[in-house]
Amino acid sequence: MTQVEDFRDVTVTDGSHNSPPKAWKWYDYFTFNIDHKVIGIQYLVTAFVFYLIGGLMAVAIRVELTTPDSDLLDPNLYNAFMTNHGTIMIFLWIVPSAIGGFGNYLIPLMVGARDMAFPRLNAIAFWLNPPAGALLLLSFLFGGSQSGWTAYPPLSLVTANTAQTLWILAIVLVGTSSILGSVNFVITILKLKVPSLRWEQLPLFCWAILATSVLALLSTPVLAAGLVLLLFDINFGTSFFKPEAGGNVVLYQHLFWFYSHPAVYLMILPIFGIMSEVIPVHARKPIFGYKAIAYSSLTICVVGLFVWVHHMFTSGTPPWMRMFFTISTLIVAVPTGVKIFGWVATLWGGKIRFTSAMLFAIGLLSMFVVGGLDGITLGTAPFDLHVHDTYYVVGHFHYVLFGGSVFGIYSGIYHWFPKITGRMTNETLGRIHFALTFVGTHLTFLPMHHLGLQGMPRRVAMYDPQFTTINQLCTVGAFVLAASVIPFTINMIWSWLNGAKAGDNPWNALTLEWTTSSPPLIENWEVLPVVTHGPYDYGMNPQNAGVNNDQTIPVT
Amino acid sequence: MQGSTIDPPETTLDEVVPSSTELHEEIHTDLRVWGLLTFLISESLMFGGFFASYLVLRGESAAWPPEGTEVELLLPTLNTIVLVSSSFVIHLGDTAIKKDDVHGLRRWYIVTALMGAVFLAGQVYEYLTLGYGLTTNIFSNCFYLMTGFHGLHVFIGLLLILGVLWRSRRSGHYSISKHVGVEMAEIYWHFVDIIWIVLFTLLYILTIF
Ligand code: HEM
Ligand SMILES: [Cu+2]
Repeated sequence: MTQVEDFRDVTVTDGSHNSPPKAWKWYDYFTFNIDHKVIGIQYLVTAFVFYLIGGLMAVAIRVELTTPDSDLLDPNLYNAFMTNHGTIMIFLWIVPSAIGGFGNYLIPLMVGARDMAFPRLNAIAFWLNPPAGALLLLSFLFGGSQSGWTAYPPLSLVTANTAQTLWILAIVLVGTSSILGSVNFVITILKLKVPSLRWEQLPLFCWAILATSVLALLSTPVLAAGLVLLLFDINFGTSFFKPEAGGNVVLYQHLFWFYSHPAVYLMILPIFGIMSEVIPVHARKPIFGYKAIAYSSLTICVVGLFVWVHHMFTSGTPPWMRMFFTISTLIVAVPTGVKIFGWVATLWGGKIRFTSAMLFAIGLLSMFVVGGLDGITLGTAPFDLHVHDTYYVVGHFHYVLFGGSVFGIYSGIYHWFPKITGRMTNETLGRIHFALTFVGTHLTFLPMHHLGLQGMPRRVAMYDPQFTTINQLCTVGAFVLAASVIPFTINMIWSWLNGAKAGDNPWNALTLEWTTSSPPLIENWEVLPVVTHGPYDYGMNPQNAGVNNDQTIPVT
Repeated sequence: MQGSTIDPPETTLDEVVPSSTELHEEIHTDLRVWGLLTFLISESLMFGGFFASYLVLRGESAAWPPEGTEVELLLPTLNTIVLVSSSFVIHLGDTAIKKDDVHGLRRWYIVTALMGAVFLAGQVYEYLTLGYGLTTNIFSNCFYLMTGFHGLHVFIGLLLILGVLWRSRRSGHYSISKHVGVEMAEIYWHFVDIIWIVLFTLLYILTIF
């Protein structure tokens, strides 16, 4: 398979759709721009900045936890760091980068559209994010919200009221952003697909984003309702969540988890989509079980709406509910398993290229299996009763969120960086980055399972001295993770400026985004591409597989 | 605003780009109605969250509504009739523009706006005369929050209708072939109406039993 550099001259045969291509200037990225590619980059870069901020908070937390006493941060400040770390990582890093960043950049390119269905709405959705982050940082002037990313009452009603209010406003902003973004994705995928792309040729990333968007549309407004009630309880003297006045605290938990369990799928489904793109390209094999993977995304989307009470097994939940939600939780793990097997089977016997993107994808596979198995143990009520609110849960969700989501984002960045910037990343730095991240993740989060099983509660600044050694191990891991960001950042900046020229399709990939130039011109293609083969036809008979990108050659 | 980011929106509507083959035709249809419907499904789930919370809180409380916070029935029923009929009126406006009758559109949209304003005024009047406030008890918490939130949506719907009226002054802005804005305002108004029917059932009718 040779690298095809210059096929553009054969593709442009007739009058182009738009005015002559002009490139955006650097300052366009700081404005209200409605090009989906600019917005995608805005999402990715902004989210990465928040990742660094949230990461610094994590380091502070881990430093505090090197000793059993509270010495670096006093307990209130510790809680504020812990709360905002979680909130930023979830709402301002993983969700906006995985959905907003990759979704916006790739969906129009993958379905053969010139932009999203509603470009202006898209820009509005992005611009709701920076103020949300600013509100969270501002809340530190008022002590910082301290009730965890879950903001359960009564804690959220009695601690740092102003800060908690700012927190609520921030979450409502990102929630609105996510709803507006999802409207755009659903309509773009359903309505702007280029006609020659058949449904069964739709890249799996698009199916994943479709499922994600539906989930966001159905669950986010319920969280918004819960937060509005909380806002009123804090500021306007209502008592929705105050049992002493006829309210109900557990009600909040239902509203919250009705959103936030689906939210974990918001954070992993797009990543699953990225996996399904990266693995076939770098294993040079058709994806195993295209339909199974596509349908499993939709199944997760539906079943994922009916498992939320597994976060509430210890909230006075009646036994029938525990039983029901244990069963539904075990069921929702099945489609996830289907995907894992699909990817492993794709790797099996492939000509694997160990690029940075592929390393992170394979790393993700191994990590996610650990996190997923943890999840199944937790989903089983009898076991969860003992480890709920311990470090075991912290271990679980960091395996799926760091080992899953963050690895996937890294993988996606390495994979699409050549498309986005027109330049290759440095593989050596990529490998160093991978090695540090892989080791750091295990070192930080594996021991936490042990801590949890021994009974160390989560969300505490002080702990029993018997846990000291293992906590110190976790802290060392956290420093390794912090260090891992350095080669990554250097790689990104250096490669963007000086990396080797990538050409249109450096990986010889078959999805539509690789049929245009790198970076793509402003409305993506001069002439919309015609799809002549499936997105994953690697290694097939050249007549059937467009390894030379002949899909952009107009039919004559 | 579909498809092209460079061409002005007008020119991209139903635009067909000449190209070498049929497959290269680019047809941009206006998708805003689809977008709005998708958004409203989402929005209705927010009310769904409120409704569910209301039912949970109601189920746990001995007397609902508690002594002294009974709801009024006569005025809200009249108000309901006004709002529900306004949904039919607004549809007349939509039908008019589909016959290229801008005057009909304006007439019926003005009537709808007036009816919406009457509804809001009735709501405010009810608040002023009820004799209990947002914080009185858990029922009044729910009552004011839910009706207030709905009222906010009515207000937004009213602004949309006024927006349509404002734009319809320019002749040719809306026509038989170009009236997406009119349709969107109508759809939103129906949405507000449907939510009210559920709300009215929960907050008023169910309290009689
Ligand atoms: C195999 C699939 C999974 C199952 C069965 C599962 C199950 C569970 C259960 C039962 C809990 C509650 C534990 C407790 O609080 O006692 C939990 C917590 C959590 N899970 Fe998962 N999980 C799965 C995958 C994921 C994924 C993919 C993510 C995110 C990418 C995720 C993120 C989280 C988070 C953030 C929490 C902690 C929430 C909190 O209390 O702050 N999980 N999981
Ligand atoms: Cu969950």
